Amino acid sequence: MLRILCPHCGVRDETEFRYRGDATTARPAADSGETAFARYVYDRANPKGWHAEWWIHVAGCRAVLRVVRHTVTHEIHSVTLPQAPFDIPVDAR
Amino acid sequence: MSGPTRIGSGLFEQSSAPVRFRFDGRIYSGRAGDTLASALLANGVQVVGRSFKYHRRRGIVTAGPEEPCALVTLIGPSGREPNRPATTVPLTEGLVAESQNRWPSLRFDVLSIFGALSRFLPAGFYYKTFMWPSFAWERVYEPLIRRAAGLGRVQPSRSPPASSAVTQHAHTDVLVVGAGPAGLSAAYVLGSAGLRVIVADQDAILGGGSALDPDWHAWRSALLGLLAELPTVRVWARTTVIGAYGHGVYGALQTLPVGPTPAGSQPTEKLHVIRAASTVLATGCVERLIALPGNDLPGVMLAGAALRYLVGHGISAGHRTLLFTNNDDAYATAIEYARRGSPIEAIVDVREYSPAADRARGAGLTVYASAKVEAILGDRAVRAVRVRNREGERLTLTVDCVLLSGGHTPATALAAQLGAELRWSSSMAAFIPDLSPSIGQVAGSAHGVCGLAAAVQDGISAAQRIAETLQLGELATPDFPPMPPDAPRADLEPCWEITGKGKAFVDLQHDVTTADIRLARREGYEHVEHMKRYTTHGMATDQGRIGGLVGNAVLATARGIDITEIGQPKARPFLETVPFGALAGEESGDRFKPKRRLPLHDWHTQHGATFVNAGLWLRPLVYSADTSWNTVMAEARHVRREAGITDVSSLGKIEVAGSDAGAFLDFIYANRMSSLAMGRCRYGLMLREDGIVLDDGTVARLGKDHFLLTTTTVNATVVLEHLEFHRQTLYPQADVTITDVGDHWAQFAVAGPLSRAVLAEVVEELDLSNETFPFMAAAGARIAKTPGRVFRISFSGELAYEVAVPARHALSVWSKILELGEPLGLKPYGLDALNTLRIEKGHVTGAELNGQTSANDLGLGRLCKTVGDYIGATLARRPGLQGGQRLELVGLRPTDSEQRLRNGTHLLDSENPTASLGYVTSCTPATEQVGWVGLALLSAGHSRVGQRLLAASPMHNEAYDVEIVSPHHLDPDNIRVRA
Repeated sequence: MLRILCPHCGVRDETEFRYRGDATTARPAADSGETAFARYVYDRANPKGWHAEWWIHVAGCRAVLRVVRHTVTHEIHSVTLPQAPFDIPVDAR
Repeated sequence: MSGPTRIGSGLFEQSSAPVRFRFDGRIYSGRAGDTLASALLANGVQVVGRSFKYHRRRGIVTAGPEEPCALVTLIGPSGREPNRPATTVPLTEGLVAESQNRWPSLRFDVLSIFGALSRFLPAGFYYKTFMWPSFAWERVYEPLIRRAAGLGRVQPSRSPPASSAVTQHAHTDVLVVGAGPAGLSAAYVLGSAGLRVIVADQDAILGGGSALDPDWHAWRSALLGLLAELPTVRVWARTTVIGAYGHGVYGALQTLPVGPTPAGSQPTEKLHVIRAASTVLATGCVERLIALPGNDLPGVMLAGAALRYLVGHGISAGHRTLLFTNNDDAYATAIEYARRGSPIEAIVDVREYSPAADRARGAGLTVYASAKVEAILGDRAVRAVRVRNREGERLTLTVDCVLLSGGHTPATALAAQLGAELRWSSSMAAFIPDLSPSIGQVAGSAHGVCGLAAAVQDGISAAQRIAETLQLGELATPDFPPMPPDAPRADLEPCWEITGKGKAFVDLQHDVTTADIRLARREGYEHVEHMKRYTTHGMATDQGRIGGLVGNAVLATARGIDITEIGQPKARPFLETVPFGALAGEESGDRFKPKRRLPLHDWHTQHGATFVNAGLWLRPLVYSADTSWNTVMAEARHVRREAGITDVSSLGKIEVAGSDAGAFLDFIYANRMSSLAMGRCRYGLMLREDGIVLDDGTVARLGKDHFLLTTTTVNATVVLEHLEFHRQTLYPQADVTITDVGDHWAQFAVAGPLSRAVLAEVVEELDLSNETFPFMAAAGARIAKTPGRVFRISFSGELAYEVAVPARHALSVWSKILELGEPLGLKPYGLDALNTLRIEKGHVTGAELNGQTSANDLGLGRLCKTVGDYIGATLARRPGLQGGQRLELVGLRPTDSEQRLRNGTHLLDSENPTASLGYVTSCTPATEQVGWVGLALLSAGHSRVGQRLLAASPMHNEAYDVEIVSPHHLDPDNIRVRA
């Protein structure tokens, strides 16, 4: 079970959150066309290693959080609000 | 005289008063403090089960959860509980247990003929033999095999048993797994520094190895006493950590002592969910067997188990006993037998020299060094052993008990789940785990440390390393009670298998022999995971803990590689069998998931409502115990003719406010909301980014910057999350606040031609006439003296209003409306009638908003904005969502008005009924016409209005003609709603 450090509420179980998918994608501009939107909606990397993903604290403060997590070890590198700067470590573990 | 017997009292004994129990119908007597296994041994019961495949007689081999053979079914007031190791079942007065996998009885088992046929039952036998004919597998072979093989029978229960388990959450700084010298010492250091510590041990008797060594009893009692005085330390006996789930979360199952109250009325198990900042895995070792012919005969036991039965319960495992070992630790058993005045016959050691052998000889015991047991002989039980001594001579010794010790394997399963690296220890001939310090430390014999005093030191240093990781600095080491020094020792000499004629088992639970392992390799299953699955080596309740490494070593030898290269099968939760009931805890039956009750729940109950689940909500389906169409249609028709009131409080209600609220809602909804006039409502349609409809509802503009959204009941949380996600990620700077007010407001729909007259009785400060309060108007008002809101919206297709009041006023307002409305003809109606009304009107709900339909499919495409961005705008326009053969919303009626419709009925071309063109999503008898009406999703449906199709439901043996019509069966021009 993931334990996620919510910046508002402290460390909480993952059961308080809902997963909202890949946080490395960005919604294209309105006039970007179907291909760009199709890529935004459907194309996903499946990295083995560090990955950024959205988790929403639905059973808490409702904050949308960007969680940088290692997909093999489940180690969490950082939990930040959407506008905060973040980095995805490079680590071929 | 032969076989096991009680020769004295034991350390674990609580009283010598007899405890009566029943095993296979016979009544026996044991003592308080016994396990079922020790009580059976004390009564001389040597055969306790039949093996899985060959139905061979099996006895008690171990004294713990690693037991492969002595599995029993417990029979209690709440039913049969199969596959419990007798070695872990505490003996209680009146306990009833049965042996397993024998028919008709343990003494005479018909299927033991399999033993005689065993030459024809190699590994993979079932895979190879029962291949043909294929139909026979399901009907003949599988039922036969399942009867012949397998473990205990589960008794399916129709009614959930009274809750026998509870779940409890715990938070701690350090979880110490295992209460042996290492675990206790680590806990003592950490607890003395004020850290919160939980010590969990699977055993009822704490102390691990120190509980079995008389020289350590004083140390053990003193340390347990010191720990009990530390306020931050909790020590849980009978608590097995069953899994590690990452991020410091562990599951542990605690067996609770059975108290004096009647069985079944109190929990017997507690599932702990433990969250720990760090952990000490002082999980100890499991003794392993040696594969040799006859090593499964009743009378063969592991040396450590025999020590436990002797010290703990005063039980001698046999009358004439022989120990076969490759290590020093097993000598403790022989020396303890001698100390109690019943020395064993001989010790056979594969090694040439060890200090332990000298000590044994000093105690007057016979030790055969550089010798081995070539075979254990016997038919029904151990009768003799054949020993080859140093000189190569063969001796046959008459014995009734053989103690085996092939060394000790660290219990690595938890560490492996935590991603531990395994390294090979040649002094133990086993894999030893190393944990990442950020997770915790391994300590004691699990860490490859031999000797109790050394384990204490290792526990202390593990505690210090944890303090370092947690950045606490060096902890002061408290004063420990004096401890005896470890005796000098020699390493073991690996001894996996003694080859010879006869079956040599590596997995006693699944009857896997060394020959099966070699066969697996010959047939190409040479990876350790493949071998495991081909032979079933190391599977099921005991997970092959006493023979797993032995089988892997046999495989390595057969492959000609070193055992360090062969790897270990991956260990996964759970570490031991866990009853489903313990996982469910109290979350069963009615408590399986939360129930949400409407503010008027009690009123609905008092007025005879039958409830239905809608998401988590309980909603009144119909106000009658009779849920037939008659009562539903009476409610629905009453709305069409006069007036009805229904509770729609479960709808999601979300307020969106702020100067950017209108623009934000334009982005969220496919249709425009910023243009909505104050005091007006609008139907709203939300798409997902992929262009499919997410949800629908209404939006009311309560003020310039203040909107109120409603959502469908089941999507309330989904929509809230959808709004928050897009506000926080895409509109972070916008002046928009989102407030969930779903639970704050109770909301009732008052519908029907008389609804205006009814509401006029209770609504103040608002003129409900068509002129001032037309269709889709919204306003604040006083309703039955309560400040609230009135919306002129209609789901039923009738002249209708929805009134909303703060939830705490729900009962008084609802009652007042009914009190004043009833004389005018107002009656309550339930969800079924509401559904009938909306189907006739052609409104969509979950059956049509099914995650596959687009706005166009539902005939709502004209609502979508053609300019400006909104969620789903781009992909809703992609070619794949346009026309073609997409399933589109239509209405339908059977041509025969006597014919009923059913949801899920398929629609086909009558001329060429080969492929489904679509299906019925919702249907109901009509309120005003004769016959049934329905909604369907139909391929190219919009262009088929007016066609006749064939409706078929093969499950009901039905096929009939239907006419495709507009989904708006009633009042397509909205005359009623605007009346």
